[in-house]
Amino acid sequence: MNTSPLSHPGLNLGSVDEYSHEEAEPVIFGFWIFLMADLVLFALLFATYATMSVQGQADGPSPADIFDLSSAFIGTMLLLASSITFGMASLALKYRADGPHLVLWLVLTFILGAGFIGMELRDFMTMIAQGAVPQLSGFLSSFYLLVATHGIHVTAGLIWMIVLLIQLRVMGRTTTVKLRIMRLALFWHMLDIVWVCIFSFVYLYGVTL
Amino acid sequence: MSAESSFSLLGNLGAQDISFVHAYENPVMSEFIAASAGGFMVVGAVIVIALLSYYRGWRSLWFDWLTSVDHKKVGIMYIVVAFVMLARAIIEAVLMRYHQSIAVNDPGILSPDHFGQLFSTHGSIMIFFVAMPFVSGMMNYIMPQQIGARDVSFPLLNAISLWLTAAGAALVMISLVVGQFSTGGWTAYPPYTSIEFSPGEGVDYWIWSISLTSIGSTLTGLNFATTIYKNRAPGMTLFRMPLFCWTTLCTSILMIFAMAPLTIATLMLALDRYAGFHFFTNDSGGNMMNYANLFWLFGHPEVYILILPAFGVFSEVISTFSGKVIYGYKSLVFATMSIAVLSFTVWLHHFFTMGQGANVNAVFGIATMLIGVPTGVKVYDWLLTMVRGRIRLSTAMLFSIMFLVTFVLGGLTGVILANPPVDFAVHNSLFLVAHFHNMVIPGVLFGMIAGYQFWFPKAFGFRLSERWGKASFWCWSIGFYLTFMPLYALGLMGAMRRTVEWFRPEYLGWLQVSFAGAMLLLSGFLLLAVQLIVSVRQREQRRVPAGDPWDGRSLEWSNSAPPPEYNFAVIPQVEARDAFSWMKEHKKAYLSPDNYEDITVPKNSMVAPVIGVAAIVFGFALVWHIWWLAIVSFTGIWGTVIARSFVTETERVIPASEVRADHEAWLARVREAPVTPREREDTSDNVGRAEVLA
Repeated sequence: MNTSPLSHPGLNLGSVDEYSHEEAEPVIFGFWIFLMADLVLFALLFATYATMSVQGQADGPSPADIFDLSSAFIGTMLLLASSITFGMASLALKYRADGPHLVLWLVLTFILGAGFIGMELRDFMTMIAQGAVPQLSGFLSSFYLLVATHGIHVTAGLIWMIVLLIQLRVMGRTTTVKLRIMRLALFWHMLDIVWVCIFSFVYLYGVTL
Repeated sequence: MSAESSFSLLGNLGAQDISFVHAYENPVMSEFIAASAGGFMVVGAVIVIALLSYYRGWRSLWFDWLTSVDHKKVGIMYIVVAFVMLARAIIEAVLMRYHQSIAVNDPGILSPDHFGQLFSTHGSIMIFFVAMPFVSGMMNYIMPQQIGARDVSFPLLNAISLWLTAAGAALVMISLVVGQFSTGGWTAYPPYTSIEFSPGEGVDYWIWSISLTSIGSTLTGLNFATTIYKNRAPGMTLFRMPLFCWTTLCTSILMIFAMAPLTIATLMLALDRYAGFHFFTNDSGGNMMNYANLFWLFGHPEVYILILPAFGVFSEVISTFSGKVIYGYKSLVFATMSIAVLSFTVWLHHFFTMGQGANVNAVFGIATMLIGVPTGVKVYDWLLTMVRGRIRLSTAMLFSIMFLVTFVLGGLTGVILANPPVDFAVHNSLFLVAHFHNMVIPGVLFGMIAGYQFWFPKAFGFRLSERWGKASFWCWSIGFYLTFMPLYALGLMGAMRRTVEWFRPEYLGWLQVSFAGAMLLLSGFLLLAVQLIVSVRQREQRRVPAGDPWDGRSLEWSNSAPPPEYNFAVIPQVEARDAFSWMKEHKKAYLSPDNYEDITVPKNSMVAPVIGVAAIVFGFALVWHIWWLAIVSFTGIWGTVIARSFVTETERVIPASEVRADHEAWLARVREAPVTPREREDTSDNVGRAEVLA
């Protein structure tokens, strides 16, 4: 089998670790397909939100009444920053075979991600304290489901990160662990993109309604 | 369901939810039937356990089957699930036809609630636990062998998909004994299925069994698509793949995109029911039309998820038993792809009457009719494959031919229904019921039975009895027409689906004919069982160890029957379409390879059964609101996944010497085997070495 320069979209290990590079092809490809299926899920949640955010308000509040843009903005910045730090982790995975860089960037990513989840939970608490619970209207039901589904994904990503940090320690930088980090990276960046859509469409556009 | 809201270790579950207790307390016919069904399940389980213990099968069951991640065994287990569930769903169908045939100005034998459960389980089981596992099993068994691969890309994930599907099926079976199933039909439309109008556990059983299997199917799609894109043998370009692989690919793509809407719809319905959300409620801004959209956004592609693999089977069967290259290969590929794409553009035709306006209906009506075009192309290709072929009317071929005739008829009524104005007249009538049975029985069930007849000798090493197979075929065919043609007439006379009692005496004759047909269909199913038993008993005269009983054309026929765990001792080099035919014609078949290499195969793993059992517990706990158990089992599922990720020794190596010994021994047997001409195909002469003409 001759190694193709790019065996899958995204960061490839070709030039630095040929063996892992060859192993990568089916697993990373399969993971892209998984992400696609996951994005269909989000697309449907967005579509549902689109129909319900206006028509499903019933007697409840409108988006403009309850969204706290500055808080959501801080959360957005945390998540965007975590995508950058994960990018740095990926570069460390490829180019710095030894040294603490990879773990440090991952830990930093984790802190930023956890900060995002913290902000999101805080926002939910504030909204619930104002009485804007998901049981109030179709709009709020679809809002909570969309945002919380993203939040649960991020939480799953955080747990995954912990597992991988442990595996980096226990198993070392084996091909398996490397490929898992690469898949988590894809997952993390996808969640970032989904959040950009949530922030623009749900929050920014929402308050203009 | 108990009324008290205080905390209980068993959630809402109480003694009166057990079907036997329920029947004891309300001794009427309908309850008696329900309790008997529950009894059958319990007795069946006990018999299986007793037989396993008697024949000391537990070890073999666990080590050879349940923990196996071999795609061939996973495939066979899928098909076993399908057959078990098919038995239940057919019995339910017969019961419903019997009830309706006597329920003219008469309450019949079933209570309305019980009747509602029957059509709900019948539909849900047939789609999700018969058709889906049958199709998945067939793709599992055949596709990797046809592309010259040793397994799917992710064998463990494959086993987990199986176990999630089986967990869903188990939940439906448990509902026979513990509690009630939904009465909301297989589509479970809210607001009827909301907590307000359907309190109790029924709809929850539906939600969680369907959710489990829909996640399993998404993973299957992902797995098969990756396998086909990344795991083909050298030389096996996409356009050299057998058509069954093309249809598997299209089905996989559909699974990846179309299962998510179902998952979302069931999740939202669950949130409405469990947590008081307002997705589909009547009040507070809920919108039940959104459910219909989400459900059919899955539901229509689902039809093609089921039918495309059957199209693949027909392509293989018709070409093999006509002794000819398939006609119009590329047109069949493009037709399959067109159908896959178009399947996402027609979901609205399931609810023309919901009020979206004439123009929207017109667009979807036209899109629906368009699907007839690629399907028509396929039918002509199959017919032209048979032209001037040397046709052998084997059981598999008979099912394929009957499919062609019957499916065209069903397609025509489909085009009729695609007209929104016509649809308004017959919407939700028995005309519709007749139409979709007219599509899925020949389209899916006949296809799967044909595939089962065709590939059985490959999987188990001996041929099935043609005589009993043909007897079964006639029962299925005649039974189909007798059962469903009257429903067209009844639909046009105004009979609505899911009706528990009739008040029009002129329906009586039609309903009785339909019941007679249902009995024939049941006989067809029983004859399949007879065929299996007879064939197992005569297996010594029916063996085909050389592996090619039908003069097959694609790679799966080039290895032994049953194939070795690793499928191919040496990965074949593919030179042409119909790869194995090419090898036979060019005298390249059954050659000893120059050298053998070690083969790595995945080790057995108990991860999949553990996840499966935890999933059953999780679903059951959610149905009965046993929250602590739900948390424990959910944690168990993900804990298993994480624990597995720490296991590094997941593969074992079969040394080259062992592969060489086995393969050379088989090759020696093949070279000695008598060559069978096609006319002696169904005799004990046929040991799986086909005569090659040309």
